[in-house]
Amino acid sequence: MGSTSSTLSKIPNAEELSQETGFTSAHLARLFERFEALDKDKKGYLSPQDFEAIKELALNPICDRIIGAFFSSGQEMLDFSSFVRILAHFRPIDNNRPKEPNSPDPINSRINKLKFAFQLYDQDKDGKISRNELLQVLRAMLEKQVTEEQLESIADRTIQEADLDRDDAISFEEFRKSLEKVNIDHKMSIRFLR
Amino acid sequence: MVLLPRLSLLLTILSVFGTLCRANSSGSSSSTATESETATTNTSTTLTTLPIVTWKWHHIETPYLVALWVLVCWLCKLVVQLNTRLKSFFPESGLLIICGFILGGIVWGADKAQTFKLTPRNFFYFLLPQIILDTGYFMPNKLFFSNLGAILVHAVIGTVWNAGAVGVSLWGCWLGGAMGDLNIGLLQFLLFGSLLAAVDPVAVIAVFEEVHVNEVLFIWVFGESLLNDGVTVVLYNVFDAFVSLGGEKINAGEIIKGIVSFFVVSFGGSAIGVIFAIIISLLTKYTGKVQIIEAGFIFVLGYLSYLTAEMLSLSAILSVTFCGVCCQKYVNANMDEKSVTAVRYAMKVFANGSETMIFVFLGVTAIDSVIWVWNTGFICLTILFAIIYRFIGVFTLTWFLNQYRLVPIEVIDQLVMSYGGLRGAVAYGLAASLDETRIPEKNLIISTTLIVVYFTVVIQGLTMKPIVKWLKVKRVEPTDLKLIEKVNNRACEHVLAAMEDIVGRIGDNWWTRGWKRFEDTYITWFLMKPEARKNRDYLFSIFHKLNMEDAVNYVTEGEKRGSLGFLRSGEGTNVDFEKKHGMEFSGVMPDITSELDFGIDNVPVTSIRNPVPSVSLDIHEQDMKSMSEDFNAHHLLQQNLYRSRKNHRHKYSRSDFTINQSEDEVQEIFQRTMRNRLESFKSAKMGVTPVKKITKHPKPNHKMSNVKTTDKSYPYGDEDFEFSEADSAYSGDGAAARGSPPVRAPPYSLGGGIENPAFMPEMDTPPPPWLTEAETNTGVAPSQRAQRQLPWSPTNLRRLAPLRLSNRSTDSFVMADVAAAPDSSDESPKEPSEEERDGQRDGTHM
Repeated sequence: MGSTSSTLSKIPNAEELSQETGFTSAHLARLFERFEALDKDKKGYLSPQDFEAIKELALNPICDRIIGAFFSSGQEMLDFSSFVRILAHFRPIDNNRPKEPNSPDPINSRINKLKFAFQLYDQDKDGKISRNELLQVLRAMLEKQVTEEQLESIADRTIQEADLDRDDAISFEEFRKSLEKVNIDHKMSIRFLR
Repeated sequence: MVLLPRLSLLLTILSVFGTLCRANSSGSSSSTATESETATTNTSTTLTTLPIVTWKWHHIETPYLVALWVLVCWLCKLVVQLNTRLKSFFPESGLLIICGFILGGIVWGADKAQTFKLTPRNFFYFLLPQIILDTGYFMPNKLFFSNLGAILVHAVIGTVWNAGAVGVSLWGCWLGGAMGDLNIGLLQFLLFGSLLAAVDPVAVIAVFEEVHVNEVLFIWVFGESLLNDGVTVVLYNVFDAFVSLGGEKINAGEIIKGIVSFFVVSFGGSAIGVIFAIIISLLTKYTGKVQIIEAGFIFVLGYLSYLTAEMLSLSAILSVTFCGVCCQKYVNANMDEKSVTAVRYAMKVFANGSETMIFVFLGVTAIDSVIWVWNTGFICLTILFAIIYRFIGVFTLTWFLNQYRLVPIEVIDQLVMSYGGLRGAVAYGLAASLDETRIPEKNLIISTTLIVVYFTVVIQGLTMKPIVKWLKVKRVEPTDLKLIEKVNNRACEHVLAAMEDIVGRIGDNWWTRGWKRFEDTYITWFLMKPEARKNRDYLFSIFHKLNMEDAVNYVTEGEKRGSLGFLRSGEGTNVDFEKKHGMEFSGVMPDITSELDFGIDNVPVTSIRNPVPSVSLDIHEQDMKSMSEDFNAHHLLQQNLYRSRKNHRHKYSRSDFTINQSEDEVQEIFQRTMRNRLESFKSAKMGVTPVKKITKHPKPNHKMSNVKTTDKSYPYGDEDFEFSEADSAYSGDGAAARGSPPVRAPPYSLGGGIENPAFMPEMDTPPPPWLTEAETNTGVAPSQRAQRQLPWSPTNLRRLAPLRLSNRSTDSFVMADVAAAPDSSDESPKEPSEEERDGQRDGTHM
């Protein structure tokens, strides 16, 4: 475990991070190694270009959205703790961890996972997925097999399903309600982050 | 009790049948199913005079008995199903076995011997394949493959463990003297253990189908029961060979051969299945030309895959399973929707039918004094060990698997999984095919196997439901299909994949993605029709399905409310509607009305455009053409309404009738709805609003029909209204109904249609198509339009919503062609969504 502890010592406020995100120190060490590997110029932070350099990620149809989610606050620099905080969304929910009464929701709670998914659609950050925003995501995901009109009708239908107040857009509340039956923990968790 | 007369009917059949059997002692075929050995000898005796009627029992004996047994077994199922109270707590499979006992008793009473029992040959070649093909073909592939690892662990290691542990423990007990004097040894015990080790797919499906446990649990049990066949067959063959070799000849080499044969048998079997799946998929790329028998290819090739694997002594069950699993996606994409439906239903008929027969015959077989050798110690210990080791195996293996699972399997689920280790007819079939010369205690093994089967199917099956309830096992919740969920799931998949890339670890999603990419680039290109490839996006298919559901719901509900009381109830719902959405509906009414008229209109218009002649034997070609040319997303809803109309006309062609049934139904409903709307309209003495709107529209509409109409078009739109009097006649025999009034007045003028809307449908019956053919191009289109407007009264508006909306949102050419019509495009954007949702809600509440 020598390497783990030596890596850990390089992470600023590792203790707090682990507390906040629920990652074990082994996880943090591994993520830090990855962080450094991604940070090619050793500048201490990640830029969107660093993400774009990941080959498989570039093939992902909604990769710009996902990269955007890491840089949601507008700046072009992502330090390690923010990096970890984002990834913490994808930890499976652990049921046996005792819940302290007045602690805030952990990052990997259901609602936070949903929020993460929601902001992927909501590009202009107005708290609503408009028809146009949905259409953009659909267009990316459905590739070329579907024509523009089909896309539009799918988008219409999707919005209609969720849209409770009939403003032709999906608010977060509506989003949450319409996905009530989906096992988000299942869909938004990665096993090896457990 | 409805049951009693049925039962007595059944018994009558049986006794008649029993007498028949005794009447000719030569027909001593030991089994029901096709054995071609039956005597056809005494037919050509010398004739002295011309016989008018002759008794030719021998000619038809075997097929007759087969058919009779099939009938009797299915009647048993009917009886069981009719008895709802009993069925609510008793599993169907158990009841069928009990029916089998009764039938067996009757046969035994008549013949003083069991002339009919389940022979391994009949079971493995004629009853089992279709069941396994069915399970493979309907396998939830994604679920199956994402759990494949766990399933394999259970199927392979679990089964070997069960076989070994049961065999050795029984042997130990035998050495300890628990079973008295038996001529049996360790190898025979292991052989017995191996044939008893496998969980039986038929039994598992039968019991779990009624319980509805959560899907992961289901796929574990079910997948295990399917895949452990390879292991069972190998173990069985290996031990069978060892038994005949004798203990002293077994050395390390033989054991290694046994292990090698496991891999060959299971992977070879699966490979055969995959090969046949590829053949099926390739074939269905081209079978469009023989659409009627298209569905048959799946069955024939599926069966062949089973037989081929059997011929090569590979695992036949694995072969046919993988055949079904692999071909389903491509077959469904390649074949016409009708053929897909045909396959689906036929598959279920075969599978259900033979499942029923298997259980009944498991019962019948038991009523036979020959096979029963009772050995309390042996039987009780077998049941005990089978259950105990099942529990131990499942818990241990699941514990290991849970270390690597995102969502661990809960203890309760593990309990149910262990308890669901049902043994069934496969075990019996294997036991019955043992060689008596090598295994002197064969009958003991058979009777013990039967007891274990009865115990697991009846007792465990009976207690399964209460236990699942009592333990509060997570059940499947019936949920409505939601597009947004699917869209979001798709997004989540991408996100997870991206996160794995970012974290730099290869995870589950990496494999899925890799496979998908490979499939997209190579496999679909190889196995799918180009048109099918274009439209096979999953999200899109969901979208299509939802639209179809909406359409069906819409017509069904319309029909439900579609009596003369339609109007009154319609008002009720209207109020309800306003309440629900807190919106002043009446205010926007005229606006919506106009839009509705317009949208709805297009459905009949499409049908007018249909160029297929009403009586045509060439109908497939047309069908396929229209399918391939504009198999286009946004036309689908419309097309389906319109196609069903066309299909209705197919009724003239006998061969088509079977394929089209489901759509005919929709069609029927649709027409009845239309008629009812008309009636409600008449009783309402409908006002001016829609009429006004009519006058606005004729132009674009007229243009449309002219553009699209070729030389032949029919006023089918008329029928919507005009069959109001002759509806039944029409649906039965449209030609007759239409033919009755020889000539009718030329189509109404535009003005006439508007001024006298309520009376027209009664006064005029449609002209025979051949009479109006010439006119349709010119005058008819607008006037039909006018008539078509009639039934839309404001109170009906709500019902129309889904259809209208899908029209608006899905039909591109409507948008394109008619954008000119101002009131269709400039209505406020809020209404459609509300309408649509309302429509959906209606649908789901049905």
